[in-house]
Amino acid sequence: MTEMSQTVTAPTDAAARKARQDARLRKRHAAERRFRALGIASIIIALTFLGLLFTTIIGKGYTAFMQSHLTLEVYFDPAEIDPAGTRDPQALATANYIALARQSLQDLFPEATSRNDRRQMNALLSVGADLELRRMVEANPEIIGTTQRVVLPASADVDMVVKGHIGRDAVEGGRVSQQQLDWIAHLEAQDMLALQFNTRFFTAGDSREPELAGIKGAVMGSFYAMLVTVALSFPLGVATAIYLEEFAPKNRWTDLIEVNINNLAAVPSIVFGLLGLAVFLQFFNLPRSAPLVGGLVLTLMSLPTIIIASRAALKAVPPSIRQAATGLGASKLQVVLHHVLPLAMPGILTGTIIALAQALGETAPLLMIGMVAFVVDIPGGPFDPATALPVQIFLWADAPERAFVERTSAAIIVLLGFLAVMNIVAIILRKKFERRW
Amino acid sequence: MNSFANTPHSKPLETDRRMVKVSARDVCVRYGDKLALKHVDLDMECNQVTALIGPSGCGKSTFLRCINRMNDLIEGASVSGSLMLDGQDIYDRELDPVLLRARVGMVFQKPNPFPKSIYENVAYGPRIHGMANTRDELDEIVMTSLEKAGLLAEVKDRLEESGTGLSGGQQQRLCIARAIAVSPEVILMDEPCSALDPIATAKVEELIDELRQNFTIVIVTHSMQQAARVSQKTAFFHLGELIEVGETEEMFTTPRHSLTQGYITGRFG
Repeated sequence: MTEMSQTVTAPTDAAARKARQDARLRKRHAAERRFRALGIASIIIALTFLGLLFTTIIGKGYTAFMQSHLTLEVYFDPAEIDPAGTRDPQALATANYIALARQSLQDLFPEATSRNDRRQMNALLSVGADLELRRMVEANPEIIGTTQRVVLPASADVDMVVKGHIGRDAVEGGRVSQQQLDWIAHLEAQDMLALQFNTRFFTAGDSREPELAGIKGAVMGSFYAMLVTVALSFPLGVATAIYLEEFAPKNRWTDLIEVNINNLAAVPSIVFGLLGLAVFLQFFNLPRSAPLVGGLVLTLMSLPTIIIASRAALKAVPPSIRQAATGLGASKLQVVLHHVLPLAMPGILTGTIIALAQALGETAPLLMIGMVAFVVDIPGGPFDPATALPVQIFLWADAPERAFVERTSAAIIVLLGFLAVMNIVAIILRKKFERRW
Repeated sequence: MNSFANTPHSKPLETDRRMVKVSARDVCVRYGDKLALKHVDLDMECNQVTALIGPSGCGKSTFLRCINRMNDLIEGASVSGSLMLDGQDIYDRELDPVLLRARVGMVFQKPNPFPKSIYENVAYGPRIHGMANTRDELDEIVMTSLEKAGLLAEVKDRLEESGTGLSGGQQQRLCIARAIAVSPEVILMDEPCSALDPIATAKVEELIDELRQNFTIVIVTHSMQQAARVSQKTAFFHLGELIEVGETEEMFTTPRHSLTQGYITGRFG
């Protein structure tokens, strides 16, 4: 009897079990497919935004790497430059050079006679033309009395017209008049107005005139600040990590220090700026706006990151290596310096470079210590007033002129370029020093 | 039973006519509150292989690590009693553990060559102890050590290659070469063959037997066969106590203690 019932129920049992199993399996596969789809979707969204970021920034910024220049025949009039004929450097330095360039424009457009017309005509030329001509004369006073073909920067408004950011049709109350547009068209037709590579963008400091503004001052400021940061944060951070990881006794105090370091890594950067203001500027009386102070503040900011990354790298070195060296009679310091540190180096370097890249892009703490000032001169050292690349971006983004928009984007491109290079270096270093054990 | 466990020397060994290299008296080790090793008395003689056997957690590795003060590295470990190396107290405050470890070398359970070249692996010890003044002297030490470890023939054409690229057995012999390069007097081996295949094990065992000519060897092993093959003297540990110690042959043929007998016949452990 029992045997009978078994033979009858067994197949149905098996079928039911199979059905349940299939249903479970389907559910599992469906969940997996859903998860996969979600993952792919999030990657696509992330890449889209990244693409969007790059296209807008590069699309807006690439034009800043070219700049409109006027090619003019300039007569270096001795009566204007050096009426006394003494070639006195003092006289040469103070002469009204832009008048020479304006005279050549006047020669080109004799019809501009009224005061208003001349003012508009003069506005085609950048005020930087003055400096350009002065440099030529100072480099070679022989050219006084001769006519030279000179390439001079056009004004920002002209540049915007050439690049198409300002329409070719005059707008009532617009920045460019119909008269000026006609002149621009005429100059272009004569091949006297054309786009050239904008070297000034890489060799000049900041300026109120967009066509004369460059990033070199900011880049040098960032460079000196990073120099200070690297010189301080790398040795300090690594030494701290080594002490805490390898030498310090594990007790309540070291636990407290560890918690504090971890918390410091999460402190908003503006707070570090305030700390820098209070300590370095007000207490130590270090110079305001100096890359030295910027570097010190950025050091404080990147130290926790470096310490945490270095400790993780040291912890990842297998204990068997320590034991092997200790068993051979190496002292604690020898174990660390000869074996543990070299093995942890790739991780430490990666962490350091990422912390430095973060510091390079940091703006907020620098605002607090005065690196937000308008600095025209290119800093010659870490004590000179300077600004930094991200702060320069912030300043330009704030400027009302249309021509600063493309410069802002161009500066962002340069900054992103630096960050990309640093990250690539981090990857190369990791690959190079990575050793297996 | 207790009285027996505490007097493992009840039957006089050949100790009398051999020179005792390392001698432990009443050695206790605590990890925090836990007593890991209880009142161990043991002599290890020159040019002999002393095997420490016993089930896992019996304290044999702990005892081994006392001899070159590797327990110093473990947080909360404390050692009491006396451990003498040639009549000198190993735990003397005056004695620098760094110098001690140059005299008492160690080979670990898992081969752990440095991720450096084979040459550098062996040369490291002599270098930090200033044992060679010239490159030639260093070369000489490296070559002899590799030779003694029976590895020279296999690696002499690739001394600049990484030590981690060798096979497991070769790596362990490299570690032995590294240990003997600093000319220690005692070599401690903590289950040196447990990560090796039988062929590599056989080679290392052969090597241990040869090294006995020049060094005092103390070896911890889980394999009773290995203890029987390589050692002259065997000490059996159980739950932190030294239960029995004696000539290896005697131990394995006529164990005096029931625990020893149970362990070596495979009834527990």
